[in-house]
Amino acid sequence: MTTAPAKAGWRFRQPSVIPGFGLTLGFSLAYLTLIILIPLSGLVWRSAALGWADFWAIATDRRTINALEISFGTAFIAAAVNVVFGTIVAWVLVRYNFPGRRIVDAMVDLPFALPTAVAGIALTTLYAPNGWLGSLLAPLGIKVAYTPLGIVIALIFIGLPFVVRTVQPIMEEIDKEVEEVAATLGANRFQTIARVLLPGLAPAIVTGFALAFARGVGEYGSVIFIAGNLPYKSEIAPLLIVIRLEEYNYAAATAIAAIMLALSFVMLLVINLVQTWSRKRYG
Amino acid sequence: MADPEIKSYAPHHESQSAAVTESRPAKAVLMIVTFAFLGIFLLLPLIVVFNEAFAKGLSAYTEALTNPDTRSAIHLTLLVAAISVPLNVVFGISAAWAIAKFEFKGKAFLTTLIDLPFSVSPVISGLVYVLLFGAQGLLGAWLKAHGIVILFAVPGIVLATIFVTFPFVARELIPLMQEQGNGDEEAALSLGANGWQAFWYVTLPNVKWGLLYGVLLCNARAMGEFGAVSVVSGHIRGLTNTMPLHVEILYNEYNAAAAFAVASLLAGLALVTLVLKTLLEMRYGAELAATRGH
Repeated sequence: MTTAPAKAGWRFRQPSVIPGFGLTLGFSLAYLTLIILIPLSGLVWRSAALGWADFWAIATDRRTINALEISFGTAFIAAAVNVVFGTIVAWVLVRYNFPGRRIVDAMVDLPFALPTAVAGIALTTLYAPNGWLGSLLAPLGIKVAYTPLGIVIALIFIGLPFVVRTVQPIMEEIDKEVEEVAATLGANRFQTIARVLLPGLAPAIVTGFALAFARGVGEYGSVIFIAGNLPYKSEIAPLLIVIRLEEYNYAAATAIAAIMLALSFVMLLVINLVQTWSRKRYG
Repeated sequence: MADPEIKSYAPHHESQSAAVTESRPAKAVLMIVTFAFLGIFLLLPLIVVFNEAFAKGLSAYTEALTNPDTRSAIHLTLLVAAISVPLNVVFGISAAWAIAKFEFKGKAFLTTLIDLPFSVSPVISGLVYVLLFGAQGLLGAWLKAHGIVILFAVPGIVLATIFVTFPFVARELIPLMQEQGNGDEEAALSLGANGWQAFWYVTLPNVKWGLLYGVLLCNARAMGEFGAVSVVSGHIRGLTNTMPLHVEILYNEYNAAAAFAVASLLAGLALVTLVLKTLLEMRYGAELAATRGH
């Protein structure tokens, strides 16, 4: 290869014999800009054009605050539930051999593949007062459908694969010798899991939590059927955006969307920091 | 696997293996928790879909599916997927070629941007197009003056679908092509192939299963997308209703049997997707990108 390396200076890309860089990068950037970047910056521009006073009025509106609280609160609870059960599911799939393991493993991806509206009406039917599970819970005084608890159920369904699929590959990589060493040094099984294995899995678990949480905050299709959608009580933020749009209140829709995006980014940032910290600590 | 030499020094094989796995009762509890959790949260909803779809008998089921509104919803869903999936395939291949085959400044940032649609609520994905093309939107007046209809019509639905399915193919191909390196292409080029031939005869066969995997996931999401499409569609029956939107309308009209009949088609699509995906992973697991999930 007779590429003369430039001795000095900044260089946009390393030389290569492979052709097509300009074409593929140019097309990719143009497509990305047209489909994603311009529309998204339109949202930022619109919310910036609102003016601080208007923006503040929408942001501090009781209904907006409640919707955001419900969205973030239910997503948090659902992600926490998924962390516990998702980790157990991943453990069983990685460590135990049982007939049909492959099928169970494949089924974990169902929430990725099943359209959210289908999940929504199925869960609602299941948990409605006359549904298979709803009729069992009703005598206990537990109402799921048309309450915030229903939102949590839908978000558990949606978020489960995020936790399992993030934790599973890391569990597969665990070196069994580490456990043997812990056992030889006198740790019982519980101690080995709690003090040796879990710290190593922590970054993956946090990532899984973050992915499930982020997805839950924005989720719409599976939630609106089961939530009941009572303003101030069981109305999620994405639904409030849709309602404001249908009222042709573009300003409010834009402001709520901007707040959601900003909160999500802050959250992901915090979780990223936690992850770097735990990686440093447990390497 | 422990080194057999070391193992032979272990005084009690039994107790050692017991120490690196859970006791039988603990194992049983974990298995029961797993099956109960997955059964309640995954299996039951799936069973409900088919149970409700056939609750009023087979004739009601077929009648619901042959209804003109349902048929036009099916057509629209197929049309939208047929436009948006190939476009995202072209983008995915192009982005993967640029990112995997070359070293350039800002590559990590570009990869992050490609994943951006996954962290945006579907409703916001639809909203951004309303803000752009709607009557009060940035381009609304201009579009109206030129008689171009994007919102509440097929182009808007296609755009919103492309937005939400944007990363699927690219994020499958990028790690795969990075892992495979440039050696094969460089060999082809040195043997006299041109760039296009190197791509068509060398790269594409190398990544075909990964590409199929990405297309599968992209298509499932494209046909099933609800939130984003709901915002831009306008819900005009027989015109801008995709299958998931039609499910919503039927359900809200208390026509549960018909809603679940349409839903059963989408659930069938999801099951086929899962089966094909699992087969691909079993057969070509090593050739697929290591990074799975969304």
